[in-house]
Amino acid sequence: MPDASGKAPTSMDTMRDRLAPVVSRLLDEDPRVAVVLAEIGKDAFTEAYRRHPDRVVNVGIREQLLVGAAAGMALTGLRPVVHTFASFLVERPFEQVKLDLGHQDVGAVLVSAAASFDWPAGGYTHMAPGDVALLDTLDGWTVHVPGHPDEAETLLRHAVAAGDDKVYVRLSVQANREALAVDGAHFRTVREGRRGVVVAVGPMLDAVLTAVAGLDVTVLYATTVRPFDAAGLRRATAAAGTDVVLVEPYLAGTSTGAAGDALTDLPHRVLGLGVGRRELRRYGRVEEHVAAHGLDAGSLRERIDGFVGGGVVAGRA
Amino acid sequence: MTITEERGRAHGYTDLPRLMGLMTGDEKHGPAATSTLDVLWVLYDRVLRVGPERPDDPGRDRFLLSKGHGPMAYYAVLAAKGFVPVDWLPGFGSYDSPLGHHPDRVLVPGAEIGSGSLGHGLPIAVGTALGLRAQGLDEPRVWVLVGDAELDEGSNHEAIAFAGPAGLERLHTVVIDNSSASHALPGGIAARFEAAGWSAVTVDGRDHEALYAACTAPHPGRPHVVVARVEPKSV
Repeated sequence: MPDASGKAPTSMDTMRDRLAPVVSRLLDEDPRVAVVLAEIGKDAFTEAYRRHPDRVVNVGIREQLLVGAAAGMALTGLRPVVHTFASFLVERPFEQVKLDLGHQDVGAVLVSAAASFDWPAGGYTHMAPGDVALLDTLDGWTVHVPGHPDEAETLLRHAVAAGDDKVYVRLSVQANREALAVDGAHFRTVREGRRGVVVAVGPMLDAVLTAVAGLDVTVLYATTVRPFDAAGLRRATAAAGTDVVLVEPYLAGTSTGAAGDALTDLPHRVLGLGVGRRELRRYGRVEEHVAAHGLDAGSLRERIDGFVGGGVVAGRA
Repeated sequence: MTITEERGRAHGYTDLPRLMGLMTGDEKHGPAATSTLDVLWVLYDRVLRVGPERPDDPGRDRFLLSKGHGPMAYYAVLAAKGFVPVDWLPGFGSYDSPLGHHPDRVLVPGAEIGSGSLGHGLPIAVGTALGLRAQGLDEPRVWVLVGDAELDEGSNHEAIAFAGPAGLERLHTVVIDNSSASHALPGGIAARFEAAGWSAVTVDGRDHEALYAACTAPHPGRPHVVVARVEPKSV
């Protein structure tokens, strides 16, 4: 798990390892860009702070001020990039997110780390699987969920470049082996079938593709989940039918309503898979939590197959 | 009468009770309704470099009303200074009126923030001061008005403790102290700010000359707080 400096104990770098390099370049290129931190992650921005002492601000362990100050900077015309763990970025200062950004009608880029269970040994205080669902109670948020460090770079650039929009970028140590091209808006068709549509969100793609091997289903890859690509889902259902499975790396069912809204004039079924609500009260490793929430390839296979009702074919994928 | 004509008319301090009366239906107002009135008037009349003709000027001073409750005095001053048409005032709080019981910056000309939930203005003011500094805008000053009971909210203390050591010289807070906190800050309001490295002055919140002097006192390298004492909310 990332420590305060953002280093993970794996050989491949993490999405979060890309944050400071990407944003540091943006600080150099765009005088509107500013970074606001609350201690967590500050070491990675040491050089950026040296170069831009007025646009890299660490407010200390003060998360209400973190979001409030970012809003004030936005009111003066800056484009703040705000970063800490999801539980301290979205949950603890939720009213600041709602009022200081939304109600004041200003934007910011909120970049979280460690949301669902990236640091299981840290326990529930450092988990926020409900982050996207919580933002769903508010209007106008764009939510990017990259599935690979390269995609994280692309989506961070999209986020900062998105005018004064309110954008949430959800970085995780969970990642797919290969990056795909992502455009910051649309679902991407990874494979096509006729017996259902599986929407794999961000880091869930590898497990989903393993799970549906030999199943006659379409797989859409979603790295931008808000706004929800309703048109993309509808297009996919034209050939694959309206049995839809959502596999999300955050709270199960977060996008069930959005998928239902996309298909509201069609008979359809939606299965929402993701992180369970129940507090496990377990530590351990990421893989153990993936399995506990039924998000490993074997569990996904069973649940997806059971929902779309067989349809095994050979020679596709 | 057109809005332009009404906006162009000059109003003075003595017009404020009448303007507030357009909202409240009565030209007599108790201390609670007018606790902010004298501070607001001194700021808008003599201290703030703002005006309805330059609402988006990057170089303008920023005044953030954090204590959004009881905004009639604020609207009256904004109307007197030409930001808000006087003929908006009678609709106060109605569905079609831009003037609610808590101000909304999107709806009210001259309002820098929307407020109502306590404890949001001071952190936003810190960010505003940081944002101006980052853009090399050295002239504009940032003012935020809070209530003494509003200082109960912990978010203020995050902002107070940061702004002092950060040396946010352009940041100014005015605390309207009408002794409304159930549990007053131990040691007093000014001491809380001074302990965090702020410059602090406590004055009579009805004395215009004293307020003006306190609001314009030099405070090099430090943020500044003016504690404006008025009649207790409940005696």
